[in-house]
Amino acid sequence: MSSYSHPARRRHLGDKRLIQMFIIPTVVLLILMNVFPLIYSLYLSFTEYSAINPTPPKWVGLDNYKKVLSDNLYWHNFAVTGRYALISVSLQMIVGFGLAMLLKEKFKGSGLLTTLILVPMMLSPAVVGAFWKNIFNPSFGIFDQFLGYSDPNTAPEWLGDPDLALWAVVIVDVWMWSPFVMLLSLAGLSAIPDYLYEAAAIDRASAWFQFRRITLPQVMPLLLIAVLFRTIEAFKQFDLVMGLTGGGPSLLQGTQAVNVTETVSVKLFRLAMPPQAQTGLSSAMAYVVLIIIIAISNLYIRALNKVREG
Amino acid sequence: MLKKTFSVLVLIALLSIAFTSNFAATPRPVQAQGVSELTIWWAEWDPANYLQQIGNEYEAETGIKVTVVQEPWASYYNKVGAEWAVQGDSFDMVVGDSQWVGQAVEAGHYVDLTEFLNSNGITETVTPATLQYYGEYPQGSGTYYAYPTEGDANGWAYRKDLFEDPDNMAAFEAEYGYPLAIPETWEQLRDIAKFFTRPDDGLYGVGIYTQVDYDAITMGFENIMFSYGADWKDADNNVLGVINSPEAVAALELYGELYDYAPPGTDNAFFAEMNNVFINGQAAMIMNYFAFFPSLDNPDINPYRDSTGYFAMPAGPTGERFAALGGQGISVNSYISDERKQASLDFIKWFATPEVQARWAAVGGYTCNIEVLESEAFLTQTPYNAAFAETMTFVKDFWNIPQFGLLLEPAQRYLHAYVVGGEGTAQEALDGMAFEMDEILIAEGVISE
Repeated sequence: MSSYSHPARRRHLGDKRLIQMFIIPTVVLLILMNVFPLIYSLYLSFTEYSAINPTPPKWVGLDNYKKVLSDNLYWHNFAVTGRYALISVSLQMIVGFGLAMLLKEKFKGSGLLTTLILVPMMLSPAVVGAFWKNIFNPSFGIFDQFLGYSDPNTAPEWLGDPDLALWAVVIVDVWMWSPFVMLLSLAGLSAIPDYLYEAAAIDRASAWFQFRRITLPQVMPLLLIAVLFRTIEAFKQFDLVMGLTGGGPSLLQGTQAVNVTETVSVKLFRLAMPPQAQTGLSSAMAYVVLIIIIAISNLYIRALNKVREG
Repeated sequence: MLKKTFSVLVLIALLSIAFTSNFAATPRPVQAQGVSELTIWWAEWDPANYLQQIGNEYEAETGIKVTVVQEPWASYYNKVGAEWAVQGDSFDMVVGDSQWVGQAVEAGHYVDLTEFLNSNGITETVTPATLQYYGEYPQGSGTYYAYPTEGDANGWAYRKDLFEDPDNMAAFEAEYGYPLAIPETWEQLRDIAKFFTRPDDGLYGVGIYTQVDYDAITMGFENIMFSYGADWKDADNNVLGVINSPEAVAALELYGELYDYAPPGTDNAFFAEMNNVFINGQAAMIMNYFAFFPSLDNPDINPYRDSTGYFAMPAGPTGERFAALGGQGISVNSYISDERKQASLDFIKWFATPEVQARWAAVGGYTCNIEVLESEAFLTQTPYNAAFAETMTFVKDFWNIPQFGLLLEPAQRYLHAYVVGGEGTAQEALDGMAFEMDEILIAEGVISE
């Protein structure tokens, strides 16, 4: 009896049916969690609306976009983010790739050392921000002492000095994420066939020539992926800034005060959340950020494709 | 066909669930016979634990369970705001910040408590300043939306061992021509801060609020600003010529000067950093909310506990004294059922009685009840209660209109730029602040062009 009922059940659960059963919930979730909020927030970006106010959204056309794109303060936030992303990602590439070059040859304890170097990127950015805040403290932090400043009165105030604060955030970000670049670079370096170096050695190519003509081109696709990921992350930088400086310190530039480490994500958070809760305006700003990230990602992907083809 | 129908049905079902729930938390069932439990939302800190203790006593008396749900300060406003957004009923009462009142009232989130507070004689039991700033909206209207629950304001802690040291006393008097004592004016406080700033000994005169993130530096500054006769606005809500008046400029210059006598590293400092620099012996005096002084009275935390004294805000040039308001009032959520609203009012009525307020103070809460504040038992209960009771008679707050968050942002930015950034003059900083605030108020329709 059972031998007849089993094939019958299997007929009901055909491949197509199974595929649908797995896919439909995913598609529904995707629509509810991603597509709907995306479309709804796009609509809100054209309205004057506060999520904590029962007043319905009021259509204002492009006003929010005009404000974001014409107000000096918003441009300042974009400039801070751009500067931060450029410096931070560049340094991460140099430090991360440099570490990978040093660690590509196996030696006793290299595995342990590689693991230890990876520890910072496994930590929560909020925790990293909290303890680096103490490390930078001129009174009892070790950073200034490490630089040779023993007197807290003459030591630099990394988080309070408008000229140094952005650098302080960059230093922590580089410390935290260079290991990620190192990891990708190591993967690329270990995939380079040995015969390329052997052939170059037979041709008496110099170490610099080998690096320039073999190592760099072979690792470049992975390096570009690292640049892409880190740039997107840098544009979203929020946790470290909030943990270290809260967007400050502020500085009078001409007649206007600006927060020198306030990235677009920090500004977005302040606009969107109470007490400001400017949902419409913050949605518009979020879309401007999204467009910038898509544009930069496209540039990188084109470069990546060129490298692959070339 | 069947497959298609099934897929469409699943989609419709899920969408219906999502939309009909209005993205809100699941409503709790209300018992037909009455309300058996009440939920209060508050920030995560000691006073909320004290309120839970009081709530437990309410349960013992009435059988109605009171649960105080705590949320970290950093996300407290966001959580309440999200609940407001969906007109949710996850809480019956909320202990909200004084500045939220306008926003909450204009949007209809709070129940009007005027009739309830007046008819039960509760309005006369609390200090007028706390009723005005925690509960009244609009100011001067006599309409109330909160019962002053946790009174709080800025005060000062100081090192008595340093102040009472004979060598310090003699040296100070020789230098400044008057005895070293608790400062009566802001200029005296400045002199004392300067006197105790001895970088070679790792000692600094004063710890002041400088945090740029939310409202700390604004609160710190307004202590002086109000006392100097300046204000955030005039009676018609104008700011130009008001917030950048000569009095406000003088106050900001003094606040900036105080920062020169603050320990290094206090460039983004709030309550935790204030207590830290005091406990580690770096500061002779610190400003802080009274709510954070209990830890200074703990010998396990504060090595200077036995020589720690407390005083209320000094006076400005005309003798006026003001302290920046902290603390919160308790309000009733307007989105709960009438039964739950009544049960919430019953709790507040019980909580406002002098006996319970005395208990509230005894367990550690900062009462606003006049009778309790003036009682000998309260004044001698802790070393800071006397200063607190004195302060509760001259508290004053920042804007509490719905646009307060928009106004707070430039205030924080310009004050931090002058005090910590050190660029420009106090006049330039306040001119810039007044200009931006004026633009906001016009754009929001609070004032006309």
